[in-house]
Amino acid sequence: MDQFTFIFDILLPALMQGLVITLQLIVCSAPFGLVLGIGVAAGRQYGGPILSRICKMFVLLIKGTPLLLLLFILYFGLPSIGITLTAFTAAVIGFILCNGAYNSEYIRGALLSIKDGQMIAAQALGMTRAQAIRNVILPQALRRAIPGLSNEFIYLIKYSSLAYMITVVELSGAGKNVATKYFIYTETFMVVGIVYLVLVTITTVAVSILEKHVSVPGTSRSTSAAQM
Amino acid sequence: MDALSILIDWSSYIATGIATTLGLVLIALGLGVLLGLPMALGQVYSSRPVRWAIGIYVWFFRGLPILVLLFLFWFGIFPGIGLGNVPAFVVGAIVLGLRGAAYQSQIFRGAIQSISEGQMIAARSLGMSRFTAIKSVILPQAVRIALPGWSNEYPNMLTDSAVCYAIGITELLTVTSRIVTQTYLTMPIFLAAAGIFILLNYGGLKILHALERKIEIPGFGSGAV
Repeated sequence: MDQFTFIFDILLPALMQGLVITLQLIVCSAPFGLVLGIGVAAGRQYGGPILSRICKMFVLLIKGTPLLLLLFILYFGLPSIGITLTAFTAAVIGFILCNGAYNSEYIRGALLSIKDGQMIAAQALGMTRAQAIRNVILPQALRRAIPGLSNEFIYLIKYSSLAYMITVVELSGAGKNVATKYFIYTETFMVVGIVYLVLVTITTVAVSILEKHVSVPGTSRSTSAAQM
Repeated sequence: MDALSILIDWSSYIATGIATTLGLVLIALGLGVLLGLPMALGQVYSSRPVRWAIGIYVWFFRGLPILVLLFLFWFGIFPGIGLGNVPAFVVGAIVLGLRGAAYQSQIFRGAIQSISEGQMIAARSLGMSRFTAIKSVILPQAVRIALPGWSNEYPNMLTDSAVCYAIGITELLTVTSRIVTQTYLTMPIFLAAAGIFILLNYGGLKILHALERKIEIPGFGSGAV
């Protein structure tokens, strides 16, 4: 069997199945990660002393724990206290927690960059605090957070590979299974790597289009383009 | 038997896990500086083909998941070039280091580029060679500017080192999961491991921030360039 046949007839079909799972993991995690990030950042910034402390603690704990350990806790640990999750669910929850914690840091930075006067002005116009946050602060802050959030999205793509360690056969896992079966390691993982590079590169391009699309003329600061 | 006494029984094994994790992190960070700093200089000061090659390297190592890189080097590249007998620890440290170099080079590059070009021109006009100017004028400033960003590489490297579990390095996470399979006590052991990682994380950051303050030059902050 030559390399060409191996890559196109065996490896790529297997990887496509894995890629579907990888994309499912990302699609299930990213939106909730964003929502969690916004919630935690807003809680830290605008919540009372107790809520903001809880949010800060959450970020500190999640950022300090390796994601792989977090996945082990969710998948292998939780059943011992009576909560059994499927591997896919455990992975998604782990990614949401991790993604949310990191996202919250960027969103918080963006919230801090919006002047206090805007909140005061909004309240002077009769908006409630929640309305002001939703209609005045967040629309500006989220735009400023796009470069950071897109970095985290790219990390999510790459760290979704860790789901394989708790038995979810996604892209890396599919590659590993083929590699082990045919004893062809270097080529297999290079191809797997290229698929990730394609995903990451597509995301980078998509983010720069998004950034242009949502930018409000005259309000953008010189934000650096998203890095990988 | 309760969790605490199990942890005490296994404490020396846990200690070897911590030592292995810290060994991985320190070697990889060191390798990252050794490779990342020259790469940053190359990206700023050298010819187009060199810049291009470094760009490809950075793109490759930052675009691939750490798990895939570990698999690629452990199962593929090292045995492929006849180094199949190299211990997993060495492969893990090298992979983390090569990947760290790609990230660190970009931190250093940003710092170097933040120093105005006039300084290089001024140094040259004083008769310094390009090399001396970089060594005595540019780098002492750039390294100080880079340090706060560089400090973030430590927690990243620490959490990434746990992925070395996948190639069987007996670092903290591997040790933890082995204790779990021996004792059937899952949650307390995993949570203890998380606690240790968090302590290592913030302890290390404290040391790095102290270092930042120590090498700080009064009046010369990263904002005051």
